[in-house]
Amino acid sequence: MRLTEEEKQAAVEVTQAILGRLDQGDKGRIIPVLQQVQSKLGYVPQIAMEEVAAHFGVPPVDIYGIITFYNQFRLTPPGKNQVKICMGTACHMRGAHIIQEAWERRLNIKVGETTEDREYSLERVACVGCCTMAPVVVINEEVHGKITPTRVDGLLFSHQLDKRKMKEGDANNG
Amino acid sequence: MGNNNTAVVSAAFEQLKAAAQQKWEQLHSKPLILVGAATCGRAAGALSLLEEVKTELQKLQLDATVLEVGCMGHCYAEPVMVIYNEGFPTICYGYVKEGVGARIVRDYLTEGDPGIEFALAAIEPNDFFPTFQDFPRGVYENKIVMEQCGFIDPRDIDHYLATGGYSALVKALETTPEEIIETVKASGLRGRGGAGFPTGVKWETCRNSAGDQKYVICNADEGDPGAFMDRTILESNPHLLIEGLAIAARAAGAEKGYVYIRAEYPLAVERVALAVQTAKEKGLLGKSILGSDFNFDIELFQGSGAFVCGEETALIASMEGQPGIPRHRPPFPAISGLWGKPTVINNVKSLSYVPYIINRGAEWFRSNGTEKSPGTAIFALAGKVVNTGLAEVPMSTTLRELIFDVGSGIANGKNFKAVQIGGPSGGCLPEEALDTPIDFDSLTKAGAMMGSGGMVVLDENDCMVEIARFFLDFTQKESCGKCTFCRLGTKHMLDILERITKGRGKPEDIDMLMELASKVREGSLCNLGKTAPNPVLSTLKYFREEYEAHINEGRCPSLMCKDLIAYYILPDKCERSCDACVGSCPVEAIYDNEDRIKVINQEKCVKCDSCMVACPPQYKAVIKVSPPYKVAEMEQERGKK
Ligand SMILES: Cc1cc2nc3c(=O)[nH]c(=O)nc-3n(C[C@H](O)[C@H](O)[C@H](O)COP(=O)(O)O)c2cc1C
Ligand code: SF4
Ligand code: SF4
Ligand code: FES
Ligand code: FES
Repeated sequence: MRLTEEEKQAAVEVTQAILGRLDQGDKGRIIPVLQQVQSKLGYVPQIAMEEVAAHFGVPPVDIYGIITFYNQFRLTPPGKNQVKICMGTACHMRGAHIIQEAWERRLNIKVGETTEDREYSLERVACVGCCTMAPVVVINEEVHGKITPTRVDGLLFSHQLDKRKMKEGDANNG
Repeated sequence: MGNNNTAVVSAAFEQLKAAAQQKWEQLHSKPLILVGAATCGRAAGALSLLEEVKTELQKLQLDATVLEVGCMGHCYAEPVMVIYNEGFPTICYGYVKEGVGARIVRDYLTEGDPGIEFALAAIEPNDFFPTFQDFPRGVYENKIVMEQCGFIDPRDIDHYLATGGYSALVKALETTPEEIIETVKASGLRGRGGAGFPTGVKWETCRNSAGDQKYVICNADEGDPGAFMDRTILESNPHLLIEGLAIAARAAGAEKGYVYIRAEYPLAVERVALAVQTAKEKGLLGKSILGSDFNFDIELFQGSGAFVCGEETALIASMEGQPGIPRHRPPFPAISGLWGKPTVINNVKSLSYVPYIINRGAEWFRSNGTEKSPGTAIFALAGKVVNTGLAEVPMSTTLRELIFDVGSGIANGKNFKAVQIGGPSGGCLPEEALDTPIDFDSLTKAGAMMGSGGMVVLDENDCMVEIARFFLDFTQKESCGKCTFCRLGTKHMLDILERITKGRGKPEDIDMLMELASKVREGSLCNLGKTAPNPVLSTLKYFREEYEAHINEGRCPSLMCKDLIAYYILPDKCERSCDACVGSCPVEAIYDNEDRIKVINQEKCVKCDSCMVACPPQYKAVIKVSPPYKVAEMEQERGKK
């Protein structure tokens, strides 16, 4: 993925602000810094990795190694809404793969992809700790339990309605 | 007693406690409503219940307090609400759906009508309504760690203080580290993170290791994909863990502690962070705690979603800013851990027992459970059991009691098939193993593992080959890749299992799986690899015939493996005009035949299960068959008629 000059600039600024005056020898801060970059930008761009590497005085390839080792990190920007399907034991035994396929069909993307309009991305997560509500889907930070393929449609529908309402609200206020 | 000033410490603590108790009494001087709002309560609508209750109180102009609390363990009945009403029994309500919450509050608080039809049980004994102890579940349950969960506000340190919190830390400040270690050793507490190592011994090793700089770490990485005990404790009573960690630090000689917590648990992260901050504000963490010579500070570290980082040496590597790859032990972390310094690593539950052991004594702890596994076991009951949720029972309770009495048996009138214990390192135990007592050694002997406490109950519709494949898929993806056998051996096993679930298994596959399993077990450095074959071995041991049905007949006896089943509509049962299935099908695979009976176009069908769910229960016309070619047979049969 190629970033525009402005995007690059923004990524560098965000990363530098996080790095601030952190002790350069404190390697224990590397992962927390990368987590913060991701929470600000939604992913960790190459240029941010280089920034972090320079700050802590380690080769960029080490940072890349960390990013690819841990499932949490993304190398590409996610959709505006992140749909995460729980793939833990309880959810699996209650048909999580059927739910996954339902989302894939409805959004017309595969797990790990983002829709063309960048509205939705689809991911799998390990148990989110609501096994008693299996199968579970997390949309952004909100947990939805007891999902069926038909509820997938419902969730998507209500989500789009919410967004319309919000837009209308904006228009009314503005 | 070192150079601690007992008088100063207890005076400082008494002051904190008195203020907290005053607040607590005030809280109970008017009606109090608790809403269980841990993650799973929220998923069931706890936050809107909270709003509903608040609005109702405002409408009625009632002076009552509403609090968001954690989880009591009755997750099956979410959302859960408790009402304290002066002069009436305190009642816990379950399944509080929209509209019901407001009604219960109105009836109980204004008319004294407790709304018995929505009640799960009363909290204390009374003349009107049974308590939790009167149900089979209550007979077995024995809450230690979970005692306060769901009854105090996890965000208010005063609730913890008022109910006896931090008094164990005070006691620990008034004795020597050696005495703390003696007590914990005498209690026989074994680590609840999986391995069951004696906690006191670990602390002692760390204390006796050379060097001034030492660390304590709470392992809250809870990576077992079917477990949620640690999450619940963190969300419901975070101070318990903080107090336990502080006592561990005092015993081990550490001034710095970390809570390593899964990033997938945002609510737990938030609550622990807040708890650490408020404990600091009260002088219970930080420099010179309560005026003593003990300094101790806690920081949070968020795990980045790698299961192997739950392994202690991998966890340390990730805290040092490296990929989470385990290293050889010894040296054990208690001798050389974080940054090469002596480090105690304990699971959330292990640490949560500590304040109780310090307060009530080693003998008391030993009065629960067995000689070799004292105390309680905390299980996350999930899967096809009626009462899913958390249960804390004494060690030595049998699996049967846990599943059939505490969990009320199998849901939807199905038959029990197996119980998966210990997650990816554990195993599946069948009916005949149900009388195994729960303790570290018996479960291992039976072919499963205590593990961290995940327990998934499986019924007749769950395929044992598929569950083995699922866990192997998990461990294979989570292998850090350091050991060849863990990386490639599990992949090879997974390929075989995938083939079997797709109906392309070969007769020699079973022997091959056994052989690979022993190689992976022997050739792996850490327990991820060493135990990865367990789910396969235990299902092969107890459910070999299911493997054989897949391999020899292309049939999945549980009708679960997608490639081995087909959906079929029974013509005699189809009501014809309801059309529910037609609308539910996402790919328009269902059409009318000449008699308007619905038929599934097998070419188009994506096996999404929707029609089966949609077909009204009075008809139940949609069925699954295996092997799939049976559909053609059945259609032909009908054609002949
Ligand atoms: C692959 C793997 C994953 C583990 N995951 C966890 C975990 O999520 N939580 C935990 O407390 N221990 C986990 N452990 C066990 C830890 O290595 C360690 O034994 C434990 O944290 C020690 O604490 P305890 O003595 O209180 O049980 C795991 C071990 C392995 C091999
Ligand atoms: S056994 Fe597997 S997870 Fe453990 S160190 Fe070896 S490769 Fe890594
Ligand atoms: S839902 Fe069931 S009863 Fe109704 S038309 Fe479909 S198969 Fe027949
Ligand atoms: S398995 Fe899905 S929430 Fe636990
Ligand atoms: S009862 Fe709500 S999280 Fe368990």
